[in-house]
Amino acid sequence: MSQRQIIQAFEQYQKSRLQFVQTVSDLASRPQNIEMLQNAGVMSLLRPLMLDVVPSIQQTAALALGHLADHSDDLAEAVVKEDILPHLISSLASQNNSYKKAAAFVLRAVAKHSPELSQAVVACGGVDALVVCLSDFDPGVKEAAAWALGFIARHNASLSQSVVDAGAIPQLVMCLLEPKVTVKRIAASTLSDICKHTPELAQTVVESGAIAHLAQMILNPDAKLKRQVFSALSQISKHSISLAEMVIEAEIFPAAVVCLRDQDEFVRKNVCTLMREVVKHTPELSQVIVNCGGMAAVVDYLGNCQGNLRLPGIMMLGYVAAHSEKLAMAVILSKGVPQLSLCLSEETEHHIKAATVWSIGQIGQHTPEHAKVVATANLLPKLLELYMDACSSEDLQAKCKKALKSILQKCTYLPGLEPLLYDAPSNILKHVVFQFSKVLPHDSKARRLFVTSGGLKKVQEIEAEPGSVLQEHINAINSCFPEEIVRYYSPGYSEVLLERLETYQPA
Amino acid sequence: MAELMKIETQVELFIEEILHRHNQAEENRKRENQAAIRIQSWFRACRVRAYLSHLHKKAVIIQKIWRGFTARARFRQMVKEAYFIMKMNFYEEMAVRIQRRWRGFFVRKYTHNFYARKRYLRGVLVNNEFVRRDLDELEELQRREKNCLELVKEQTAKVYLAHRSHHLLSTKQCPGVFNPPFKPAPHEMEQLLRQVKYQPPTRLAPGGGTRVLGMPSPAALSVPWTRESPWIKTRRSCCSPRFTLPPIASKKQQGLLREPGEVWEQHVNCPDLTLRLQTSYTHLEEAQNHLQQLQPAKFYRRTIRTGNMLHNQGLNSDAFTKTAYAKKFIL
Repeated sequence: MSQRQIIQAFEQYQKSRLQFVQTVSDLASRPQNIEMLQNAGVMSLLRPLMLDVVPSIQQTAALALGHLADHSDDLAEAVVKEDILPHLISSLASQNNSYKKAAAFVLRAVAKHSPELSQAVVACGGVDALVVCLSDFDPGVKEAAAWALGFIARHNASLSQSVVDAGAIPQLVMCLLEPKVTVKRIAASTLSDICKHTPELAQTVVESGAIAHLAQMILNPDAKLKRQVFSALSQISKHSISLAEMVIEAEIFPAAVVCLRDQDEFVRKNVCTLMREVVKHTPELSQVIVNCGGMAAVVDYLGNCQGNLRLPGIMMLGYVAAHSEKLAMAVILSKGVPQLSLCLSEETEHHIKAATVWSIGQIGQHTPEHAKVVATANLLPKLLELYMDACSSEDLQAKCKKALKSILQKCTYLPGLEPLLYDAPSNILKHVVFQFSKVLPHDSKARRLFVTSGGLKKVQEIEAEPGSVLQEHINAINSCFPEEIVRYYSPGYSEVLLERLETYQPA
Repeated sequence: MAELMKIETQVELFIEEILHRHNQAEENRKRENQAAIRIQSWFRACRVRAYLSHLHKKAVIIQKIWRGFTARARFRQMVKEAYFIMKMNFYEEMAVRIQRRWRGFFVRKYTHNFYARKRYLRGVLVNNEFVRRDLDELEELQRREKNCLELVKEQTAKVYLAHRSHHLLSTKQCPGVFNPPFKPAPHEMEQLLRQVKYQPPTRLAPGGGTRVLGMPSPAALSVPWTRESPWIKTRRSCCSPRFTLPPIASKKQQGLLREPGEVWEQHVNCPDLTLRLQTSYTHLEEAQNHLQQLQPAKFYRRTIRTGNMLHNQGLNSDAFTKTAYAKKFIL
C-alpha cells in the first residue's frame, strides 16, 4: 500500500510539473500575458525545469522560454543572464528531436533581438551545435537550426563570418535539396542573410554551389520559398560584377521574369530586386535582362503595385537607363516613362518620389531625343514643382535639381521648355534660357512661335545681373530678333512711347 | 816757319775740329741711332702689315668659298626638309581623309548602325509585346489554377461536411432537412448526401487529423480543371490501387517518452495472485461471432470492388495493372 502511495506522490508531482510547464508555455505564446508572467518570476522557475529529469518537461520548458525570449529584448537578455544557454547548447547534441527543435527555437528567439545577444549565443558555442543539428535526419530539427543560424547571421558581417567558419554553408546547401519545402525555405533565407553582408561571404556561398540549387527552385509552386530564393539570389548578385554574372549564368532569366506575375506580391518584389541588383553592374548584364523582355515585365509590374513594392522596379529602370542611350531608349520603348510619371503622381512618400525623379533623370540625360520624350510626358513642370515644393525632403530636392539640369541640357523641344520660363528659379532658368539661345538662331519657325507664345516677353522681363551667364544668354536670344520687336516686348515700353508723344511738337 | 806755324795751327785747328766733330758726333749718335731704329721699325712694320693683309685677303677668300659651300649645302638640306614636311602633311591629310571615311563607315556599319538600332528597338518592342502576352496568359493560367484549387478545396470541405452530417439524409419515410416536401427539388446538399457512401468514422487517419477514412483523398481530386465531381470517386478511393499503407510505428513517437510512473509500475510489478482468468469464459463464442460478422462484410466488399473494376476498365487506359493490383488486394 505504501508503495502505491509513494508512486502516486511522484506521479502527481510529475504531472503537476508538466501541467505547470504546459500552462506557462501556452500562456507565453500570447504576447499580452508575458508581462504578467515576467512579474510572477517565471524565468527563475523555468530554469530548474530546464534541468528536469523528464524530457517532455525539459522540452516544454524550452518552448516556454523560447516564447518569452521571442517576445522582448529584456527577456532575451534575462535568458542570457540566467546562464541557460550553455546548458541548452550542451544538451542540443544529446537530446531527442523535439528537444532539439525547442532549444533551437530558444536560440533563435534570443539571437533575434540584437547583435550583442547573437554574440552571446555565438560565444557559448551555439553556432557549432546548430551546425551539427543541420546534419540531423529530422527535417524539423534542420529547419529550426537553419532558422536560428539565419537569425544569428542576419545582424552583421562578423556574426555571419562565425556562422560560415562553423561550416554551415555546405550543410545549408544540402538542406536546399531536402524534399520538405519548409526546410528549403529556411535554408534559402539563411543563405540570403549570410550573403547580404560582404562580397567575401557571398563568394563563399557561391563556391559551395548554392546558385545552381537556388536556380532550380525558382519555378517551385510554393510562394514563400520563391520569395526566399529570389532574395538570396539578389543578395548574392548585389556585391560584384562577377557574382552577378554567375547568377545570370545559372540561366534563371526568362523564368524569373515569369515570376513577376506571381500571385504573391513579395515574390514579385524580390524578383524585381534581383533584376535591379543584376542590372546595376554593367551594360551587358542590363542588355541580357532587356533582351529577355524584363523591361516590359517590370513596367507592367510597376502598374500593378503600390508603395514600397514599386521602389526596386523604379530603381531598376533608372539603372538600366543610366548605362547607355540605347538601353535608355529601350526603357522608353517599353513605356517606362508614362509609368514613372504615374508613379510620381501616385506615390506620396518622398524617398520613392526621389527614386522616381532619379530614374527619370537617368532616362532623359542622354540625347535630345530622350529629353524630348521626357518633356512630352509633361514631366519637367512636375519635377520643377517638386523642386520648388517647400515640404519636399532635401534629398528629393537635390535629385530634382540634378535631373532637371541634366535633362534641360539636352532638351531642344521648345514647347516643352516654355512652361519652365514662367516659374523657374534663376538657377534652373539659366539652363532653360541657354537652350533657347542655342536653338533660336537656327530655327525661324521656332522664333516666330517664341514671339507669339509670349516667350520673348517673358525673357525681357527676366531681371538678370549684368555680366552674368543668364544675361549673356538673354542677349544671345535678343540678337536673334529685330530690335523693334525686342524693344516692343521690353517692360515699360508703353511709358517710353507716351513720353515721346508728350515731347513731340507738331510742325 | 810761318808755314809750319800755319800748318801747326792748321793741325791744331784740325785736331780741334776733329775733336769738336767727334764730340758732336758723340752727341748726335744716340739720336741718330734712335732715328735709324725708327726708320727700320717702320719699314719692317710696313712689310709685316703688307704680309698680314695679304694673308687676310687669302683667308677671306677661303672663308668666302667655304661659307658659300656650307650655306648652299644647308639650304639644300632645308629645302629637302621643307619638301619632305610638305609631302608628309599631304600624306597625313590624305591618310586622315581615308581614316575619316573608313571610321565613319565602320562605326556606321558596326557600332552606331542606324538600321541595326532601329531593328533592335523594333525587336525590343516586339519582344516586349510577346513577353506581355505570355505573361498575361501565364497569369490567367495561374488564376485559373488557383480558382480550381479553391474549388477542389471547397468540394472536399463539402464532402467532409456531408460525411459528418450523413444522418440528415432523407429516408423513404421521413424527408430530411435538405429535402423539404414543399420544394420542387431537393437541396444540392441532399444530392451530395445521397452520393457519399457512409462509413462509420472508425479511427482518424494517421497523417491528417481531420481526414476520415472513406473520405476522398485530396490526391484523387487534385487533377485540375476537370469539373468531374469529386464525390463520385469516393467509392473508388477506399479501394483504389494507391491503398494507404498502415502506419509502421504506433502513435507514440519516441520509445523514450513512456510515462515514468508506468515504467516504475512495470519495474515493481509483481503478478497478483487471483483466481480470475485472464480471458473471459465466453471468449470462444465471442471470437466465433466476430468471425461470422467479418465474413459477410468481406463478401460484400468483394462484389463492390469487382463492379468498380469494370468501371475502371471503361475509364482508364492502365486498367490492367490496376485490376491486377486490386485482385492481389482482395485475395
